[in-house]
Amino acid sequence: MISASALPRLLHRASGQPLSLAEHDHEFGLVSPQMDLLTELRESGLTGRGGAGFPTAKKVELLRDQRGHGKFVVVNAMEGEPASHKDLALLNANPHLVIDGAEMLARMIGANRIVICVSRDNPLVINHVNRALHERSRRSQRGPEIELHTPPWRYVAGEESALIHWLGDKESLPQYRPQRPTILRIGRSAALADNAETCANVGLIGRFGADWYRTLGTPASPGSTLVSVTGAVAKAHVIEVALGTPVRSILEVAGADTDPSAILLGGYGGTWLSGENIRLPFATEYLKEVGASVGAGIIMVLPKRACGILETYRITKWMANESARQCGPCAFGLPAMADDLQQLVSGGQGRKQSLDRLIRRAGEIDGRGACKHPDGVVRMVRTALQVFEKDLHNHINGSPCVASRESKFYATVPRFEREEDLVWE
Amino acid sequence: MGVIRRGDKFVLKVNPILCDGFGHCHELAPELVQVDEWGYPIIQREPTPLANARALQSARYAVRGCPRQALSIERIAGES
Repeated sequence: MISASALPRLLHRASGQPLSLAEHDHEFGLVSPQMDLLTELRESGLTGRGGAGFPTAKKVELLRDQRGHGKFVVVNAMEGEPASHKDLALLNANPHLVIDGAEMLARMIGANRIVICVSRDNPLVINHVNRALHERSRRSQRGPEIELHTPPWRYVAGEESALIHWLGDKESLPQYRPQRPTILRIGRSAALADNAETCANVGLIGRFGADWYRTLGTPASPGSTLVSVTGAVAKAHVIEVALGTPVRSILEVAGADTDPSAILLGGYGGTWLSGENIRLPFATEYLKEVGASVGAGIIMVLPKRACGILETYRITKWMANESARQCGPCAFGLPAMADDLQQLVSGGQGRKQSLDRLIRRAGEIDGRGACKHPDGVVRMVRTALQVFEKDLHNHINGSPCVASRESKFYATVPRFEREEDLVWE
Repeated sequence: MGVIRRGDKFVLKVNPILCDGFGHCHELAPELVQVDEWGYPIIQREPTPLANARALQSARYAVRGCPRQALSIERIAGES
């Protein structure tokens, strides 16, 4: 059995293998059927772990009040962020906990179908999930039917409207949703899309209750979260921490550089923070003061010897290529911003004008796409211009830092694909 | 226009996926729509009072004149 105050909760496992169904039942116990799940979920204060941090109970209530019996629960383990590994780590450790949570969500909203989405680039995880589903199918035929789907991997394909659109036999492209909150639908059935980590947390709350869940974390953001630490770290890590742990101790546990020049929180569409902010607790109510949020639990560490402008340029260039090219401001604006950043990095002629143009374009692009992809890039570039003001000054004055001439990078950027090779299906 | 009349302000909204940057909206409603360097509309985000009949009329012209039918008028309740 696992205890209340001890970590890990989500990544709990006996060996290197994922827990089998029997082990899982032994470690976590069976789900108590008499518990009022929705009340417990509301009291637990669980927020979505996919980045937006929307209260899960509210989302469940919204979907519960929808008509129809053919509802879906969609477990989003697409892991669109290259700097994030948490959903896959979770499914590698304990797929049954995620599926339990999805079943509880299905019971709460009255859904009879569960879809687990893992991108097809992860055959190992797909195997684990398939095995877990097989184990379950041998045990009982009751409950909602569970399927595994493997969409193609793209940065924006993990965005919920793109994922739901793909599940409706269409391309995995984000959709325009003028009204918010929107009820996403597969065909005519309403669908509840939740991150895999959120589902796993629901699986814990449904077993042990809200009071147990709140023993970790802060009053405003209870529970534990998975954090992917990348960048200046010996090995990319996924660790589970209680919310409210100082960022510095997360970096220490992960074996990362604890005197960084900056950290990038929330992934490639996130916020750069200067190095002294690692004293802050890792919880949204504290990070809000410096304009950041917990997001999907990604910390990218940039050491003192790296050039922030160069890293920002590489990330922006890749993100511009990952645009779905549906909306003009994103399809044309992001490559233009990447070009401006390249001017700044290489120190070419007219770099002062590039900076002015970059700031103007950032203001123009912000908030004009169908999804939040361009907004994220704009936020990342804007905060980079603030945090790396000194580097920027040097670049503009024609004395770029040493790091920008070496080819040593810290932000991992996946293969840059040609436009005609981008698969949306 | 077959719209439920509520609120006393409106904003022009564009579906950015449908929009192909023809720029007709800028010509039809220059007081509400600017264009960026690629020809896509930048629409004024502050709601305009419905009492501003000229702006509302040009917003309607823009909605009807959009070749992709990407524009719509959304009414917004005032603060009071």
